[in-house]
Amino acid sequence: MNTTPLVALVGNPNAGKSALFNALTGARQKVGNYPGVTVERHSGRMTLPDGRPIELIDLPGAYSLDPSSPDEQVTRDVLLGRQQGERLPDAILTVVDASNLDNHLRFTLQLIALGLPIVVALNMVDLAERDGLKLDPEALERELGVPVVATVAVRRRGLDALKERMAEMAKGVTKIRPSAGVQHDIVLLQRRARQIATAVTVSETAARRWTHRLDALFLHPVAGPLILLATMFLMFQAVFAWSEVPIGWIEDGMKWLGAEVGTALPDGVFRSLIVDGVIAGVGAVVVFLPQILILFAFILVLEATGYMVRAAFLMDRVMASVGLSGRAFIPLLSSFACAVPGIMATRTISDDKDRLTTILIAPLMTCSARLPVYTIIIGALIPDRAVLPGVGLQGLVLFSLYILGVLGAFCVALVLRRTVTKGATSGFMMEMPKYQWPRLRDVLLGLWQRALIFLKRAGTIILYTTVILWALLSFPKPPEGSNISKVDYSIAGRIGSGLQTIVAPIGFNRDMALALIPAMAAREVAVAAIGTVYAVDNPDDEAGEASIREQLQKHWSLPSALAFLMWFVFAPQCISTIAVTRRETNGWKWPAFMIGYLFALAYVAAGITYWSAIGLGL
Amino acid sequence: MNAPAAIPVPVRLAQLHRHAPGTVAGVDWDRLAEPEARRLRELGLDEGVEVELLHRSGLFGGPLACRIGRMTVALRRHVAAAIHVTPLALHP
Repeated sequence: MNTTPLVALVGNPNAGKSALFNALTGARQKVGNYPGVTVERHSGRMTLPDGRPIELIDLPGAYSLDPSSPDEQVTRDVLLGRQQGERLPDAILTVVDASNLDNHLRFTLQLIALGLPIVVALNMVDLAERDGLKLDPEALERELGVPVVATVAVRRRGLDALKERMAEMAKGVTKIRPSAGVQHDIVLLQRRARQIATAVTVSETAARRWTHRLDALFLHPVAGPLILLATMFLMFQAVFAWSEVPIGWIEDGMKWLGAEVGTALPDGVFRSLIVDGVIAGVGAVVVFLPQILILFAFILVLEATGYMVRAAFLMDRVMASVGLSGRAFIPLLSSFACAVPGIMATRTISDDKDRLTTILIAPLMTCSARLPVYTIIIGALIPDRAVLPGVGLQGLVLFSLYILGVLGAFCVALVLRRTVTKGATSGFMMEMPKYQWPRLRDVLLGLWQRALIFLKRAGTIILYTTVILWALLSFPKPPEGSNISKVDYSIAGRIGSGLQTIVAPIGFNRDMALALIPAMAAREVAVAAIGTVYAVDNPDDEAGEASIREQLQKHWSLPSALAFLMWFVFAPQCISTIAVTRRETNGWKWPAFMIGYLFALAYVAAGITYWSAIGLGL
Repeated sequence: MNAPAAIPVPVRLAQLHRHAPGTVAGVDWDRLAEPEARRLRELGLDEGVEVELLHRSGLFGGPLACRIGRMTVALRRHVAAAIHVTPLALHP
């Protein structure tokens, strides 16, 4: 039985809740899931000044205890002790934005009415003062009748006082069930909240509204979209330009490791497994860590600064034209990094049909796992020449693949919203938070969590699939003296040949067909698979990208390669994405639909590409 | 009271001049979908609250950015059209 007191951290979105959570728990965090729902459970340990430990759970941001999204439902259910897999919290720590009291206090009043011990963190008092708003925390404490502490979570101010008050609160804690029910009269609570906010406001001067000045620029009808476009361009540019050096380090490291292990181990099956299977396979994937981290860094910073909501605002009109809302922009942009967090981010979309459509098109955003496949094939088969000064053909092809995915997604959304996900146009209503300078610590913490998830994937799914593939490729061994290639003779070679009959009409050769199977586990494995295929066939080559490139040039025609790229733009994504879609849509119906339509789209698109390329004489 | 022109006439939020604050005179709640109406209430919209039109997004009728109390909120035009606002007297 766990006796550590459980404190729930609750608050409105944009109240600085996550920053407070990070400040209180540091790196002692665990990210898990609530059973049955995909809402992430963030929990962490903190120590009170008297040495007692506390488990803090960071509940999803909510506007009230009347949930309008799956996220908010978890918040309510945990607080009422109804959430499966979570005990009833012993106390509540609620965060309010000091400059938004009249709104945030409504939720606080609803929380206080629950009857659990509670402490209020009056957060971001510095920003409120910057905006010309002076508050009296003691008056607020009197009005609310519960402890109030002024904090600036991102600057770690007020944390000691907050911990003191939490310790006092924890002293008298005995298990209390929420006594009163939930107060549902929003209008009444709102009016009371406004009264209190007015009562605790010491002075309010005409604000130096930085946010409004920045919005005048970022939301400008002409400049705004241009800035957004430039930001997106910079982001994708950075993914390639800034990653070259660290990728070089990882490649050199992997080569060195392969060579060292190769000389240390006796020649034989085991050496082949380690060098050709594990190091070549996993290495081919791990080199993409820098690109993935750069992409996530951009997304984390855009979110932390408050710009992401502005991007959603600017994109709402475009999204509305295909039946979606600006809110869908955020999950779709995240899907460029990975569709799994992207699909999970759709939980903030309250309209069901809108959310479902966004989930179904999220895999069409080119996720970072497709990058390895694109870069290697483009690098090997598209000539490196400039089409315009400063614009290379390789870059242009890569850019077109991204654009194709986006255009495809828009067309699919348009069709879906008129057929299977037909419904009233969904709304777009979003709070636009103040701009904030992102805290390096919070961004680094987010990146660290992403890197761990990626490396875990590389270490498990990708490792297993490459090892299994290596085994399938290596056995049975061709008889001594035969001139059949090892791959042709192996089990995998035979499977590939069988599969090839299906994909031959769209120009795929056996190696491509072979790469499609493990790519279902994780897309980036396609590269590892191609690497392993050629490493097994030519054990004398040094493992690494350069040799894959030469092999591709030798074995692949340009039309086939283009068709293969096109396949990867549309084909159904990795198993993780299918799994998360199943969880988010509560059943197999929608993932099955998604797999079906994506396969059809990929097959047709690859076929058209192949035969057009042949027709054009490429 | 002998100068009727001085009595401000409520206008729809969507038609308010930019940066000319007003107070909410009334909302046509029945013109909004139920979840929309609820979210709007949760964002603090209520009679008597001060609102201001801050930005219109681009061309072709994109959303509006409005101030509700001390908070900035993005709204679609049909929502802003359901909110009636009494303009505050402006300095000449």
